[in-house]
Amino acid sequence: MNRTKGDEEEYWNSSKFKAFTFDDEDDELSQLKESKRAVNSLRDFVDDEDDDDLERVNWSGEPVGRRTRPGSFQSLSDALSDVPPKSYAPELGRPKGEYRDYSNDWSPSDTVRRLRKGKVCSLERFRSLQDKLQLLEEAVSMHDGNVITAVLIFLKRTLSKEILFRELEVRQVALRHLIHFLKEIGDQKLLLDLFRFLDRTEELALSHYREHLNIQDPEKRKEFLKTCIGLPFSAEDSAHIQDHYTLLERQIIIEANDRHLESAGQTEIFRKHPRKASILNMPLVTTLFYSCFYHYTEAEGTFSSPVNLKKTFKIPDKQYVLTALAARAKLRAWHDVDALFTTKNWLGYTKKRAPIGFHRVVEILHKNSAPVQILQEYINLVEDVDTKLNLATKFKCHDVVIDTCRDLKDRQQLLAYRSKVDKGSAEEEKIDAILNSSQIRWKN
Amino acid sequence: MSPLDRIANVSILKQHDVHKLYKLEKKPARSSSDQLCFLLRPRLASVRLVAELINADKAAGRARKYKIIFSPQKFYTCELVLEEEGIYGDVTWDEWSFSLLPLDNDIISMELPEFFRDYFLEGDQRWINTVAQALQLMNSLFGPFTETYGIGRCAKMVHELWRDKAEESEVDNMDRKPEIGHVFLIDRDVDYVTALCSQVVYEGLVDDTFRIKCGSVDFGPDVTSSDRSIKVLLNSQDKVFSEIRNEHFSNVFGLLSQKARNLQAQYDRRRGMDIKQMKNFVSQELKGLKQEHRLLSLHIGACESIMKKKTRQDFQELLKTEHALLEGFDIRESINFIEEHIDRQVTPIESLRILCLLSITENGLSPKDYRSLKTQYMQSYGPEHLLTFHNLKYLGLLTEQVSGETLTAMENKVSKLVTDKAAEKLSDAFSSLARKNNFRAISKKLGLIPRGNGEYDLKVPLDMAYVFSGAYVPLSCKIMEQVLERRGWLGLEEVARLLGGHEFVTAAEEPRSPASQQVILAVFLGGCTFSEVAALRFLGRERGLRFIILTTAITNSARLLES
Repeated sequence: MNRTKGDEEEYWNSSKFKAFTFDDEDDELSQLKESKRAVNSLRDFVDDEDDDDLERVNWSGEPVGRRTRPGSFQSLSDALSDVPPKSYAPELGRPKGEYRDYSNDWSPSDTVRRLRKGKVCSLERFRSLQDKLQLLEEAVSMHDGNVITAVLIFLKRTLSKEILFRELEVRQVALRHLIHFLKEIGDQKLLLDLFRFLDRTEELALSHYREHLNIQDPEKRKEFLKTCIGLPFSAEDSAHIQDHYTLLERQIIIEANDRHLESAGQTEIFRKHPRKASILNMPLVTTLFYSCFYHYTEAEGTFSSPVNLKKTFKIPDKQYVLTALAARAKLRAWHDVDALFTTKNWLGYTKKRAPIGFHRVVEILHKNSAPVQILQEYINLVEDVDTKLNLATKFKCHDVVIDTCRDLKDRQQLLAYRSKVDKGSAEEEKIDAILNSSQIRWKN
Repeated sequence: MSPLDRIANVSILKQHDVHKLYKLEKKPARSSSDQLCFLLRPRLASVRLVAELINADKAAGRARKYKIIFSPQKFYTCELVLEEEGIYGDVTWDEWSFSLLPLDNDIISMELPEFFRDYFLEGDQRWINTVAQALQLMNSLFGPFTETYGIGRCAKMVHELWRDKAEESEVDNMDRKPEIGHVFLIDRDVDYVTALCSQVVYEGLVDDTFRIKCGSVDFGPDVTSSDRSIKVLLNSQDKVFSEIRNEHFSNVFGLLSQKARNLQAQYDRRRGMDIKQMKNFVSQELKGLKQEHRLLSLHIGACESIMKKKTRQDFQELLKTEHALLEGFDIRESINFIEEHIDRQVTPIESLRILCLLSITENGLSPKDYRSLKTQYMQSYGPEHLLTFHNLKYLGLLTEQVSGETLTAMENKVSKLVTDKAAEKLSDAFSSLARKNNFRAISKKLGLIPRGNGEYDLKVPLDMAYVFSGAYVPLSCKIMEQVLERRGWLGLEEVARLLGGHEFVTAAEEPRSPASQQVILAVFLGGCTFSEVAALRFLGRERGLRFIILTTAITNSARLLES
């Protein structure tokens, strides 16, 4: 362009919408505009920085004409015609006399400010590492995560990962944003590299492990879990991962086997209670329940026997009994329930013991509509008298109530209870008999 | 979609030539229109779905005009995805900064449930700008705010950003009479305990049981005792609701039956009427009465449903355990209860909730307990919860007790690696790790557990503790009360330190008009529960103040943990 440097300076430094003060250059004015537009659109192919001129028009519904990025081709005429009528607002903080090239030259803090407002802003200008870091610092001090992420996107693209990691290691806020960004965008590889670099072994392991949730096919998931076992988890977590793998392995075997059995239609239990869902990926306790339900009688050697599960996963007695009870009660297999609690002591006498408290047992039995006799039997095993009485009353186990009241020598309560039993029933007679008995020395 | 429903439902949109409304899913959009407009939250998954759709169209050779509207704002990551998927040039996009949704006369929600997870778990500060913008909007409409108080790192950042914006903005309303005088910003992690407790005020219970979304709730057939389910808008327009919402649940039934009796009495009035009065009655009052009747039956149904659910789940026991945890005795019993809860596979979220409550009130679990409960939890609810436990540990919701030495050792090791500026932030982080669990000390200092002699009267409550059956005053509300009383943090330094610092006050120089003193904007960053809302309403009534609550979302314990 054949203009003097001074003119250029003035031209570029003056605000675009102020009328030119060079009165004698009216003709040149239009020429200037023409060439400026030409230069602008040319620049589009080189870099994007003229986007600042476009104020995003929000509410008018005018589409925001997006200039093409370098690399995708759009004809010059298109670029020219894309320029919609603009409404200019005063641009803030425009540096005067400080240009380095044609572009509008925002300092890092200004750039960051513009980014925060959502304005388009090219960061390509910040090429030196120092500039980039300054940009990042500004973004962080502005607190807006969106801006920080935008800057990080740029840095990720233009810095080698070692440099990027090294710089971020000492910048916690930006680091967290990068991690989140990588997670969101799904760049697992870079994320793992980052963790490796930072020596965050546990997070590395967790991140890798998390991927298993995306694998639907059980076989593939099992294989994946196998690879997770060697990862640098803490000791107990490693055990958990190992368990997870073993569990899924077992589940796959059981599932295949049971599906076969079910379709063969020979096994009674499957016929009476067809399976509602697959056992794959279920938690351990659910698997145990399933096994107690369908495979209770199997010997320890098979994969699907409850005892096997108990041993392999070291399930505590409490949990085991609770689950087995729930399963057998659902099937109304009262004998099995009995067997659960019966132990032979060394003298050969049988005794009933439970690691979970008989009141719980009673509740579970009741939930499964156990017959009253069974309930009564177990309520009687409850040690705490108040609980016993409460439960008996709640579940209408008359005999227990009566007997307990008698043992407590509580006449009033017995009398009160009399009104609750059916008229003319055996219980009523029993109550009457006790009330009339002269052998009992009543408290009240 | 729900916030949109509150503003413009389908019929209005249709009036504006919208052909059909689709939900964004993986299926291709079968539509004959030439223009597709997408209204999205700025989530990458949504943007990817849009890209799939458009690319499918391109492959099929269809040319359509596409427009994406991001609400409340667009993120640069979304732009990146648009570019990557090659559809950057095919769409035009726009932002709809719809950030404030008034849910009621005194609640404004920003409907940003992802705020909690994004900021507190992932450390991503992307929404801070949104909140600051909303604050600025409030400032320009109702301000200027004379005084701002706050506590919490996020609160501080929002405050700084907002101050920036306020200075930049050209709105000059300094000489206007402000309607809102004070602003109080508080982070969710200052008070996790309140969010984790079971709610027993009516509104809170409804939220816990049925999930209130955007101010409306879906009542299923068991509530309406009909075959349909109804969506009901719950706010102060519902007269029945506004009377019972803040009440403790034990009162609700009494109030409702009282109302029912009144209603009946009103109906009965018509027996004594003559034609003219009857006409009057029918034309004017009957509709209102019928409305009230309907609402009444709905709420009674809801109450019944709640009671049924709760008795089935041993709610009483649960509450007892919670109260014990809050007061700090019978810890062994509580642990046993939790163990049983987990063993019985009741619900994963409930078990987790009370586990976290235990951990926070007790400054972390003993390593043995932590290991055993964690194993049991994973056995009952699935081994993938390994990840859940790590997240909770990071948040400080469920931790192991670390001996003091380990902490400082860690601190030393890491501080060697970082620059000074970052070291400061690190020691912040570490002290925040330690501080969240100073619940007992804070509770003592602020008197959160009311020492009552005799029965605590829930019908005529004396203080905010009634929202938790008299067992506990919500920490967040108590802090607000104290700070507002003292106009600052004087005398509360110890408490503030225990809560992790980052408290601040900014006072204004101009004379404050008395009217504005009465209105206070409480900003909860990370969510606010209905219990806190009720407590603040109560406080307002007591002190003659009015609280307006601005929250990033209404939350409860379930939502908090699910995220």
